[in-house]
Amino acid sequence: MRSVVAGVVGVTMASATLAACTSASAGTGPVTINFYSFDDHSGAVQTAVTNCSKQSNGKYTITYNKLPAAADDQRLQMARRLAAGDTSMDILGLDVTWEAEFSEAGWILPWTGTYKQQAEAGTLKVPLQTATWKGQLVAVPYNSNTQLLWYRDDLVQTPPTTWDQMIADAEQLAKEGKPHLIEIQGAQYEGVTVWFNTLVASAGGSILTPDSSKANPGQPWLTALGIMKKEATSVAADPSLGVQMEDQNRLAMEAGTAAFELNYPFVYPSMKTLQPELFKHFKWALYPGVTANEPARVTIGGIDLAISKYSPHPDLAFQAALCLRDKPNQLLAATEGGLPPTLESLYSDPALFPDYPFHAEILSSLQNASVRPQTPAYQSVSIVISHHVSPPAGIDPPATEQAMAGEINKALESKLVIP
Amino acid sequence: MTARTEVVTTGEPKVTERKHRRQLSEGAKAERRLGWLLCAPAVVVMIAVAAFPIIYAVWLSLQRYDLRFPNQAKFIGFSNYGAVLSSPYWWHALWVTLIITVVSVAVEFVLGMLLAILMFRTIFFRGTVRTIILIPYGIVTVAAAYGWQYAWTPNTGYLSALFNNSAPLTKTGTAIAIIILAEVWKTTPFMALLLMAGLSLVPEDLTKAARVDGASAWQRFVRVTLPLMKPAILVALLFRTLDAFRIFDNIYILTQGSNGTYSVSILGYDNLFRALNLGIGSAISILIFICVAIIAVIYIKIFGAAAPGTEG
Repeated sequence: MRSVVAGVVGVTMASATLAACTSASAGTGPVTINFYSFDDHSGAVQTAVTNCSKQSNGKYTITYNKLPAAADDQRLQMARRLAAGDTSMDILGLDVTWEAEFSEAGWILPWTGTYKQQAEAGTLKVPLQTATWKGQLVAVPYNSNTQLLWYRDDLVQTPPTTWDQMIADAEQLAKEGKPHLIEIQGAQYEGVTVWFNTLVASAGGSILTPDSSKANPGQPWLTALGIMKKEATSVAADPSLGVQMEDQNRLAMEAGTAAFELNYPFVYPSMKTLQPELFKHFKWALYPGVTANEPARVTIGGIDLAISKYSPHPDLAFQAALCLRDKPNQLLAATEGGLPPTLESLYSDPALFPDYPFHAEILSSLQNASVRPQTPAYQSVSIVISHHVSPPAGIDPPATEQAMAGEINKALESKLVIP
Repeated sequence: MTARTEVVTTGEPKVTERKHRRQLSEGAKAERRLGWLLCAPAVVVMIAVAAFPIIYAVWLSLQRYDLRFPNQAKFIGFSNYGAVLSSPYWWHALWVTLIITVVSVAVEFVLGMLLAILMFRTIFFRGTVRTIILIPYGIVTVAAAYGWQYAWTPNTGYLSALFNNSAPLTKTGTAIAIIILAEVWKTTPFMALLLMAGLSLVPEDLTKAARVDGASAWQRFVRVTLPLMKPAILVALLFRTLDAFRIFDNIYILTQGSNGTYSVSILGYDNLFRALNLGIGSAISILIFICVAIIAVIYIKIFGAAAPGTEG
């Protein structure tokens, strides 16, 4: 009996404490806005969080909660908590591929009225497209990312503008016994999906039909698969192509075995610090296209900020998110963290130039960029693609095209068992 | 409870039992009621933590229930099972799981038996020997798996360096071999422990008598020790087979299931948590549950292993 009494007392006390907590947050002090995002080691995000909390004049304090390092784990944590209606998340840092999924599941709020206007003002179009689902703005672009062609000007005088030209250059270098490899992401993961998406978009096609209801196979797919196969079976292919991700590409370029590298701008400061000799010849150009006259349409990455449907303070969360991605904070993220901004005007801001000598190429690439297939089932679609196009040497264009299209259609109907 | 077992073993179970029940005194009835009352909380907890999730999983597996398409959730009967059973990925996963299970349990059994005999026969430093043998089992599987992963990574790992800086985790065959190696390294001590308990069941007199009759060491082991250890061996094999069939952590750390190294549990996890497809994922879970049940039935009915909790 005594223990029962103790239990009852315990429960009563616990609920009293809970009540106390609730009333404290509903009081007059600044409201806490929980911001969940990737773990930024540069300190730029933390500085933005501190600045925005101060600028709110006591309306809110932003708490920066760091998500796990792997993108899959970030998505899983947010999806699991949102599926359970967790009210302790306000602003969510979403990878550019999750917006459709989170919006369709009803986990994030649409942006409307003045918030929408502020989010769209001066923002680059393609990043905005990643934050749009079914004609509605569901997030605000925070940063973006895109690949450039990095090459060594001691080996190649003029950078190639097409894939065919680049492979021919590499073959010529191989004949001369010089470093000749092309470094690209070929492992069975998201990166190889990006490669395929870039080639399909550059060839004038898309992975899904415009209404995202079906796969959209055809000549652009065959062209893309043909180029991947050609690269993988030529002397230009790194022997470890089938297991290479961005960082292995960077290491190979820094080791001096490669002539070309398709990669994100993070390779630039790394080469500068680690290989000062090679750095002297480390140059960049636009990503090579599929045909001579058409520039490539490179797949963009980046983070968008969305507001949780379960946020107890959505208005303040919208304001805080807009502050976090305003001009000074994006400039900070670009110069400190190396992440390309989504506000167009920043690309003509001289403050960006010292850390971004390639700002013009990045802007041009972003303006002509492509987005990954927009569908709530993106994760499954991407897994299907990476399983069919990696290792790239194993591609058989017509057969791969058919098999991939069939499985993508199943994935869109939730009928696919993903491997 | 004991009364019932006695009756059952003396024949004509149903009739006698019913009669016996009627003969229960008031006191015995009250005692039985109390018995039920006392275990009621445990039954309720078991229903809440075991029965409910299983029934809920069955219910989910009969629906199109995809967190990404919440508006399209609907009852679709056995379609998810059709999708899973017609998927080459499921059969591949089942095949990989069976290979890992059979090979690792077989190797663990042989090594475990050797270690069990060693532990059992050791005269000097008995405690130290037993402790050393048990060390791998005491290490958290995930931590050990990371150790293996680093050891097999080119340029950082000493095992990879032994093999020309190769990357065996990137190829299906060698990756599965490494997963099996990690499993064997980790759970052989557990097998040895269970088998050692079996060894202690064998009366010393019998082996001595066999020796007097001129049986060789091998004959004594095969003809006397093994038959007497059978209940312990079957329980050890049953436990390990069920464990090995559900393998997850080693694969999750070593390869994440890439390059065709995924087991049925990894497949279930990926469909539930990466695809957020609760319908297909639950169907996979239920199929794993059925496989595990089949394995248990095979051991108990065909090999005659004693079900845990009953007498051997």
